[in-house]
Amino acid sequence: MTATPLSTLRQMGQTIVQGSPHARALGLEFVSLEPGEAVIRCPYRPELVGDAQTGVIAGGVVTTLLDHCCGIAVMAAMQTYRPGATLNLHIDYLRSAEPGQAVHAHAHCYKLTRSVAFVRATAYDRERECPIATAQASFMLDAHRPGHASRP
Amino acid sequence: MKDAQARLQAVIAAVPYARFLRIRMDLAGDEMTAVMPYCDELIGNPMLAALHGGVLGAFMEMTALAQLCILHPVYEPEPGDAPPEERRLARQPRPIGVTVEYLRAGRRVDTFARAQVKRAGRRVAIVAAEAWQDKRSTPIALLSARFLLSTGDAGDGSHPVQPQAEQGAGSGPDRPSLRGVEGAGGADAGGSSSA
Repeated sequence: MTATPLSTLRQMGQTIVQGSPHARALGLEFVSLEPGEAVIRCPYRPELVGDAQTGVIAGGVVTTLLDHCCGIAVMAAMQTYRPGATLNLHIDYLRSAEPGQAVHAHAHCYKLTRSVAFVRATAYDRERECPIATAQASFMLDAHRPGHASRP
Repeated sequence: MKDAQARLQAVIAAVPYARFLRIRMDLAGDEMTAVMPYCDELIGNPMLAALHGGVLGAFMEMTALAQLCILHPVYEPEPGDAPPEERRLARQPRPIGVTVEYLRAGRRVDTFARAQVKRAGRRVAIVAAEAWQDKRSTPIALLSARFLLSTGDAGDGSHPVQPQAEQGAGSGPDRPSLRGVEGAGGADAGGSSSA
């Protein structure tokens, strides 16, 4: 998996995350990249809270963080870049995030076929072994081709 | 259900993230439609100029929660209150999982969503939602969400859900569309830890 060298991807890491207007709006940050794996994080901000009473970050923010991280993991698994579109995203929320803590996401693209990429991901605040949420996603590759109903 | 609008507003007020996305909920008679106005910050990939998939999921999740709260409001008893005639929840439902299917790219226009409570049992509710843009008949994404309910009482088994037409009835004969409600019902920080 070297055609898009990881060293280049890592250097581009922050750009990859910040290149997305919505990721920028949420304040997502690049953390690390390995072949087929990515870690990004979302710093805590009061406007991203889902329940004003508890101060816990919104489930929807975790959804977006996981989706975005999965997309980057697919990129990190590809020999050459091909745009992908999320086909399906399944998330289990295991527990509430700790108020005030940044939420991290780790995604692993464990299978890449000609047209579909399969990814597993977890979201966590302090330790990866103690996740907030787990996710399973699939991506359609080359989804941008003319005539194909595409998604980013 | 005269106070459907008040319930909706209470749900929305509790969710800062809904205001961040500028989501509003329009209650028109017995139907609730959530609206996510287009803005450039919702774009996921600038090369494809499509809405971020995560945002669509979050939007539908909030729609699902708001619909659930209209149907089963959170109960805040006053001293001396008689027990409510309808079933009320002890606190806001907690999402325990969502599944999203993406059907089409979200384009640079406003997005709408509606949700339907498929079943609200004693402990868990299953809610389906759809998001669309130009045509309701061609949805861009589908959601199935699972929420943990807390009624704070023993309950008596499952509560089959009334048809959607039941809710919100009477809320707006004099206001055909109650627009402009800020924010939305919340993708309330996943989690069921205290359940």
